[in-house]
Amino acid sequence: MVNPGVGILDRRAVVARLLRDRQDLLVVTGLGSPTYDVHAAGDHPGNYYLWGAMGAAALVGLGLAQARRDRTVLVVTGDGEQLMGLGGLATIAIAKPANLVIVVLDNGHYGETGMQRSHTGLGLDLASIAEAAGFAQALTVTDQAGVEALAQAIKEPASGPRLYAVKITADNPQRSLPPRDGVHIKNRMRAHLGLGVS
Amino acid sequence: MSKITVAASDSLEEADPLDWPNAIYRVLKQHDVRQMSYVPDAGHSRLIELFRKDPDVVANLLTSEEEGVAISAGAWLGGQRSVLLMQSSGVGNCINMLSLATIARFPLLMIVTMRGEWAEFNPWQVPMGLATEPALAAIGVRTLRADTPEDLVAIVGSAAVLAYGADQQIAVIISQRLLGVKQW
Repeated sequence: MVNPGVGILDRRAVVARLLRDRQDLLVVTGLGSPTYDVHAAGDHPGNYYLWGAMGAAALVGLGLAQARRDRTVLVVTGDGEQLMGLGGLATIAIAKPANLVIVVLDNGHYGETGMQRSHTGLGLDLASIAEAAGFAQALTVTDQAGVEALAQAIKEPASGPRLYAVKITADNPQRSLPPRDGVHIKNRMRAHLGLGVS
Repeated sequence: MSKITVAASDSLEEADPLDWPNAIYRVLKQHDVRQMSYVPDAGHSRLIELFRKDPDVVANLLTSEEEGVAISAGAWLGGQRSVLLMQSSGVGNCINMLSLATIARFPLLMIVTMRGEWAEFNPWQVPMGLATEPALAAIGVRTLRADTPEDLVAIVGSAAVLAYGADQQIAVIISQRLLGVKQW
């Protein structure tokens, strides 16, 4: 492999597998391709799609996970988005939310801006960083067996936050665009959770 | 769910005016704040301590202030109210993240202690002190400034209603004059 930061897994297939039979899962997506990937797997009122605020995804997930301890919150984001929120991994590690799972679709590149290499494409290991920070589990997933194990792990209880760096190919599938109205998707999720909508 | 209580005006009836952290804490509790996030600041030390001791509030220590903007949004998605405490220098760290709160009209209540504006001995605090309120205004966050403890408690109560009731993004600015000169 020319670039060790790039994987062989197909991002759309990975996300579709993780969201198959999603049950009570709540999902927060990082801007760019992860937002399109989650939408392509099927729009759902339990999804909150970010279209900006780079670095926010895992921390929106933290606030949601702390408010709803009875639900598993899955953050689906990219390597560039998570790298911008690297300090947030420290905040999540000490907050210890057992119901928060972060999946980083890691292709080692900034796909939205012209496929420039990211830090992970230049050797940085996000799972090791999360493990050193104190995540309950932090793994790099490189093959389909790992994806199946991850899909299972999401449904199981944990003792603290988990992060999985899933090594995907560096390509840009056709965009699948969810609503861009942040108020609409906010109120849609709150209604889905039985909360008041203003 | 929409428990809106305006009790700020009587919050200081028995209180020592210098005990504004306790008065603010009571106002925020009346508004059912369940999550609090912060980067430590001397001016907020009492309020941080009160929240950290409260078993009904989740307190998140942040590495940088913008993290709290995102946590507040997530808390609201899940039905909880949150408050974000920081020093004025932290406002500069928040600017792009505040687009999340403003574009999606997430209720946001920030309480900002000022540096760099009153009897400031550290020149490095001055630039961000000058920029704090203009920067917040530029990104669409309304600022409400308090110069006395009495005003502060009333303003926090008003800000809580504006944020959690009217989906506004509000920063309560605690003036450095109110906080007192930092002992060095």
